[in-house]
Amino acid sequence: MNRYQSWGRYPTAVPSAVVTMTWQHDAIPFDAAPESFLPYGYGRSYGDSCLNDGGVLLDTRRLRRFLAFDPILGTLRCEAGTSLADILALIVPRGWFLPVTPGTKFVSIGGAIANDVHGKNHHRAGTFGRFVRCFELLRSTGERVYCSPTANADLFKATIGGLGLTGLILWAEIQLKPIVNPWIMVERIPFNHIAQFFDLSAETDRRYEYTVAWIDCFARGTARGRGIFIGGNHHHGDHPTRASQSASWSWTVPFTAPSCLLSPLVLKLFNRAYYALRSASARSIPEHYDQFFYPLDKIREWNRLYGRHGLLQYQCVIPPPHQQAGITAILDHIHRAKEGSFLAVLKQFGSLPSPGLLSFPREGTTLALDFPFRGASTLALLNTLDAIVRECGGAVYPAKDARMSPRQFEACFPQWREFLAYRDPKFSSSFWRRVTDNVPIDPLGHTLSGFPSRNSHESTLALAGDSSLYEQVSS
Amino acid sequence: MKILIVGATSAIAQETAKHFAREQAELFLIARDKTKVEAVAADLIVRGAGHVASYPLDVTHIDALHAAVQAAVTDLQGLDAVLIAHGSLSDQRACEDSVAETLQEFRINCLSVIALLTIVANYFERQGTGCIAVISSVAGDRGRRSNYVYGAAKGAVSIFLEGLRSRLVRAGVSVVTIKPGFVDTPMTAHMKKNALFATPEAVGKRIYEVIKHPRDVLYVPWFWRPVMSFLRHVPHRVYKQLPF
Ligand SMILES: Cc1cc2nc3c(=O)[nH]c(=O)nc-3n(C[C@H](O)[C@H](O)[C@H](O)COP(=O)(O)OP(=O)(O)OC[C@H]3O[C@@H](n4cnc5c(N)ncnc54)[C@H](O)[C@@H]3O)c2cc1C
Ligand SMILES: NC(=O)c1ccc[n+]([C@@H]2O[C@H](COP(=O)([O-])OP(=O)(O)OC[C@H]3O[C@@H](n4cnc5c(N)ncnc54)[C@H](OP(=O)(O)O)[C@@H]3O)[C@@H](O)[C@H]2O)c1
Repeated sequence: MNRYQSWGRYPTAVPSAVVTMTWQHDAIPFDAAPESFLPYGYGRSYGDSCLNDGGVLLDTRRLRRFLAFDPILGTLRCEAGTSLADILALIVPRGWFLPVTPGTKFVSIGGAIANDVHGKNHHRAGTFGRFVRCFELLRSTGERVYCSPTANADLFKATIGGLGLTGLILWAEIQLKPIVNPWIMVERIPFNHIAQFFDLSAETDRRYEYTVAWIDCFARGTARGRGIFIGGNHHHGDHPTRASQSASWSWTVPFTAPSCLLSPLVLKLFNRAYYALRSASARSIPEHYDQFFYPLDKIREWNRLYGRHGLLQYQCVIPPPHQQAGITAILDHIHRAKEGSFLAVLKQFGSLPSPGLLSFPREGTTLALDFPFRGASTLALLNTLDAIVRECGGAVYPAKDARMSPRQFEACFPQWREFLAYRDPKFSSSFWRRVTDNVPIDPLGHTLSGFPSRNSHESTLALAGDSSLYEQVSS
Repeated sequence: MKILIVGATSAIAQETAKHFAREQAELFLIARDKTKVEAVAADLIVRGAGHVASYPLDVTHIDALHAAVQAAVTDLQGLDAVLIAHGSLSDQRACEDSVAETLQEFRINCLSVIALLTIVANYFERQGTGCIAVISSVAGDRGRRSNYVYGAAKGAVSIFLEGLRSRLVRAGVSVVTIKPGFVDTPMTAHMKKNALFATPEAVGKRIYEVIKHPRDVLYVPWFWRPVMSFLRHVPHRVYKQLPF
């Protein structure tokens, strides 16, 4: 079996070879192979940004040693394949925590940098890249380049969010943040309408360091738009008495489920049960950080539940002023397409700038959705969502993407042409080829005709929830 | 706890050492490559080790082993346990064609280990306490067409340990023979992985536990004990016809 898949298990890609890096000074046969190279972490990206069909993967998972830890200043230096799980096991007992964490701890530091990941505290802290103090980058010339905000600053910026295309990060140093104990005080607030989510965010983002919301996209009729807003802060006092323990159990999905397992009915019932359960326990309770940040990690390889066709995750961000209209339009569209997402997650991003040249997070509202892959209909739906995102001047997250068009990528990340100057010519990925191959590049960096930039499209549409507008755009 | 680890850059040894580091053990690391062993030492310090010293040495320089053990005892001011982990999965075909190659594999997998054991056995016997743990292999339980040079070297180590154990039991010293099955480490990088492969993390953890609570022979994962017990009873007449 191909051990090198992405989390969505779509698309499949077969590397021509895999080089397992065990030591930082291991030689990589850059000159021996005509193919391109791509670092691979834990394959927690959903689409094809961690895949290199026909090319060489550099498996970094054995590069997982710590280099230095300063318990006074909270700086940690480790090899790039070190997982956030390993880091947490080390630092939490010593009173430190990750400055930013995604929704799974089974990702590498290299992967966290390459996608400039965000977490539930984006509105306060910005992205992971803001806490990267420095790293060493191995280029295909054999050069090892030390990068920081002041040394080789351009390459530093390009590598953060650089999708693994600027070279192999060998080690990195990050700034941690102090905590008193492993508990998070969590509050869950049910809401009945999507508009309430925006009100709740505006009102509580200052009160909570961590915020996120779940919405039930299967709810129909009056329940439509309902969800649960979740806020959390680190617990600062003594060991809380009623705290939930870190459950040490975990369960592995033993095999790929039949594709029909996550049928609309099952998803609907799941969402309904989740809503009922969570809205019933809506009060402030201490929760172990594992439970708060990584509930999905309890079920190892849960992606297998989606069957052999895999899943597509769709995450976008819609900037102000269109956030509410844009998100509503997307949800309406899914509703009408009779699709729904197992988990639909909403979060308000703050205005702190992301440090990476190609970073995804920007001010606005982000929405993440999972869809079982059902072929053309799923792809068509997502193309329509792309059009809405484009129209709103938003962006789609490459770490989750398996299908956006070059045109969409251009609209979301027009700075990719500037990025070309820093890309390592021997590095590439399935994603990169998909979104940039055959795209004309003007040496002056202007967008060429045939690829309308986001502003060239008519006028800004009145995003009053009439999503029929977007169908025209997408067709 | 004061521990000497020989072959400290082995994937399995690193995973074992992490557990000792967490409980602030003091470690003396011997390994062939200076850069590698220093990377391992730095990692163990971050993980909490009370003290880590690294000592680059190619263990096939058998004359240098005495001084190396001496250096460990001096540096740690004593010794509670030794883990011998270095090894090389011999290229069977190359050995069949070369006496030199075969003997070199024996130097790495067998002679260096026996030399080290001779030295540390006397130290522990005088001390009257301690634990000697050595990574042998299930491959040492029976000769196989596909890797009998490696198997014979490991088998010799296992038998040596068995004898040493009954000598040292009187002195209160434990001798542990560790017999892993397939483990996914650099040593097996070229092999196609299947469900029989264990992770170095899991194997390292078991080794840590067995050093803390010694027993005689540790098969790891456990299922290799019944498997090898069965294979040992297959008559030669049948065994020699088996495909592996
Ligand atoms: C359940 C789940 C929840 C998630 N939640 C979030 C979330 O809340 N926020 C968020 O931002 N993301 C989230 N993600 C996505 C995930 O955080 C990112 O895709 C992350 O980059 C994956 O890291 P990885 O180590 O698995 O890297 P991979 O997926 O293997 O690789 C990702 C990219 O990093 C590059 N890379 C890896 N190692 C190196 C290196 N050493 N040097 C240079 N480049 C390298 C690869 O080439 C590739 O481009 C989630 C994913 C899952 C499965
Ligand atoms: N992996 C398996 O499937 C398996 C199964 C059964 C038993 N074992 C045994 O487990 C032990 C550990 O192996 P591993 O799986 O962890 O593999 P590994 O990571 O490849 O480790 C092998 C170690 O042996 C060292 N070594 C080899 N020749 C040496 C020499 N002449 N002098 C000094 N050190 C030398 C290597 O040093 P360098 O780093 O410098 O090369 C390396 O640290 C070995 O004894 C092996 O035989 C392994």
